[in-house]
Amino acid sequence: MALLQISEPGASPDPHQRRIAVGIDLGTTHSLVAAVRHGVAECLPDAQGRVILPSAVRYLPEGRRQIGAEALAAQADDPENTLVSVKRFMGRSVADIANPERLPYRFEQRPGMLAIATRDGVKSPVEVSAEILATLRFRAEDTFNDDLFGAVITVPAYFDDAQRQATKDAAELAGLKVLRLINEPTAAAIAYGLDNASEGLYAVYDLGGGTFDISLLRLTRGVFEVVATGGDAALGGDDFDRALADWALAGRTLDSAHDKRAVLVAARAAKEALSAVESTELVASLDAGELRVTVTRAQFEALAQPLIAKTLTAVKRVLRDAKVKSADVQGTVMVGGSTRMPVVRRAVSELFGREVLTNLNPDEVVAIGAAIQANQLAGNAADGEILLLDVIPLSLGLETMGGLVERVIERNATIPVAKAQDFTTFKDGQTALAVHVVQGERELVSECRSLARFELRGIPPMAAGAARIRVSFQVDADGLLSVSAEELTSGVQAAITVKPSYGLSDEQIADMLKDGFASADADMAARKLREARVEAERMGLATRSALAADGDLLPQDEREALDARLSALAAMHGDADAIDAAVKALAEATEAFAAERMNRSIARALTGRDVSQL
Amino acid sequence: MRLTDNDFQLFGLPETQAQDRATIDGRWKALQAEVHPDRFASEGAAAQRVAMQWAMRVNEGYQRLKDPLKRAAYLCELRGAPVQAENNTAMPPAFLMQQMAWREALDDAITEAALEALDDEAAQAEAAALAQVQRLLDDNHDAPAAAAQVRALMFIQRFRADIDQRLAALEA
Repeated sequence: MALLQISEPGASPDPHQRRIAVGIDLGTTHSLVAAVRHGVAECLPDAQGRVILPSAVRYLPEGRRQIGAEALAAQADDPENTLVSVKRFMGRSVADIANPERLPYRFEQRPGMLAIATRDGVKSPVEVSAEILATLRFRAEDTFNDDLFGAVITVPAYFDDAQRQATKDAAELAGLKVLRLINEPTAAAIAYGLDNASEGLYAVYDLGGGTFDISLLRLTRGVFEVVATGGDAALGGDDFDRALADWALAGRTLDSAHDKRAVLVAARAAKEALSAVESTELVASLDAGELRVTVTRAQFEALAQPLIAKTLTAVKRVLRDAKVKSADVQGTVMVGGSTRMPVVRRAVSELFGREVLTNLNPDEVVAIGAAIQANQLAGNAADGEILLLDVIPLSLGLETMGGLVERVIERNATIPVAKAQDFTTFKDGQTALAVHVVQGERELVSECRSLARFELRGIPPMAAGAARIRVSFQVDADGLLSVSAEELTSGVQAAITVKPSYGLSDEQIADMLKDGFASADADMAARKLREARVEAERMGLATRSALAADGDLLPQDEREALDARLSALAAMHGDADAIDAAVKALAEATEAFAAERMNRSIARALTGRDVSQL
Repeated sequence: MRLTDNDFQLFGLPETQAQDRATIDGRWKALQAEVHPDRFASEGAAAQRVAMQWAMRVNEGYQRLKDPLKRAAYLCELRGAPVQAENNTAMPPAFLMQQMAWREALDDAITEAALEALDDEAAQAEAAALAQVQRLLDDNHDAPAAAAQVRALMFIQRFRADIDQRLAALEA
């Protein structure tokens, strides 16, 4: 590949030997952080040697909080203030939550996304996720005794735009630079692909705590191509716990939050035990006395059957989308703690007609894959040969007359992707047009998820059908969408870019940061300065590397101007705003150069190479 | 190599309907390997933005080139005979009769086997029509006739999508 930079020994422009980049699996029930150390990707343990951080945050009096195992231990005693499985609430409104009355939380609807009232105030799922991410960030920083360069964070392939945006917002709030959001199954395949040198068509069956994903990937010589993806954003191990709990209660209803939680915790323990033994006891101490029920594996498997059947339907749909048969799939990677259930392994093996792959730890495999990708994105990998070609999981479209959806980008299109569609006015003299962006596969707007609404105003009065309004969709490499609209015929420019209405606005993020999350005990100004300098260093480094590789593309005077900017930037120290401004100016000044370099790299890629070698 | 090159130029392929899918895939991956934003993750925002533009352009070309029908429509347009499916419904006359027969057969098909048999028949017709388009474009250089055939193919594709939906409904 082009653009590999090699510096002389001892003359490295990089002040650090290598950049610390981590992979984070931000899971529904638990989260992990992994990094490449001594050439091997491994999960990082906390001070007690535990790699798994339960995704639980307990809010205590006086603004204190417990995160992880300590919070989880207090779950049954303090359910209202102990938030677990918040991943299910990311980018969601109260109306999206199935059976909210079964959960011990006090939900509040906020503009865009639900929030949960705790003794420490109302918390957004984004803030709760940020607590978990910050804990993992500190763990990594303690491990390496250094600041992090950035992180790759995994999301379910089925996450829609609002959920991805919420995840990115949480990372920002936790002070993490997101190098890339990648799909969990893709991360799992990276971990397996490198360990086993697998080639061909692979399925990744990922049944986690709260989400189910099925993805088909084609692996060829370091290229991971997501062929198709599907699943259910609200189906996971929690549902198995609930099915078992409901069965154990045999129609009894529970009123207290403590009881609801206690019986779910007991059900989960029984479920996990049944992966190893044929029969166990489900024991929960409830307000009205002890609940004790014997459950056999066969009884549990019967309860699990409808849930597993739902996953298999999604698998078949993905196979149909990709136009392949189950026999074409060379292997199925099992991811997520729920795939430890023998009944799940058996059902999936039967569907594909061969034993599923389970040789990596299903809890760690996603974080490890993310770490490998993070290491590469940070520029540490000696032979950076992995390339992820991801797809969008759900179709994107617009509302047209009669509440119908006009699809603009079809699901499973490779990202990044941009597409424009032209629309026109409905009435004579119409000067405004409402644009409603939706996501989903259904024909009716009411059955799709609404992502954003905005109005294009100032269209010059014309006869109906004369205006030409171009609506452009752009999905970046993280799978995040922006939409703009523009009237073309009049030459009048009127365009707007939107963020999904379910995400947080930049102002909300800024407010939360100011409210002191993650920077509770740090001086804001010092943090801002440090971040500005890291960014300046990053930018300076990138520009110097680019000049070293392709400096000959620049005329002498432009080269000198860039060198002058670089020296000026390197000499700046105390003023965060001035550094930010200089970084921005440098970015603008190098834009044309960056385009030239890209052109050269493409020309290089296609000149004098035999197609069979590509 | 410019962003404004047509798809065939961008991928370094001859401007013909006949293409080798493996070659297109190979070119796509090679292009993405050079331009994908991940290749520039440690560089500045400017490089990221340019890389994203390129990656989008490459994906756009790939979507058109790899699909024989979209490729044919694109070639018709390049050769001055745009398909204009929304306001031009001219297509081979015999084809209209076939359409009607198929629609009736689809209404009658209720089993998975019947639906799959119908899909096989439509798939054969699709393959034959695609071969015809290729002859019209590559041998006869008759873009307007090819455009009419492309419109017929769009009907066949919609028909097969309907069969697919019915099959999906049976499986669910």
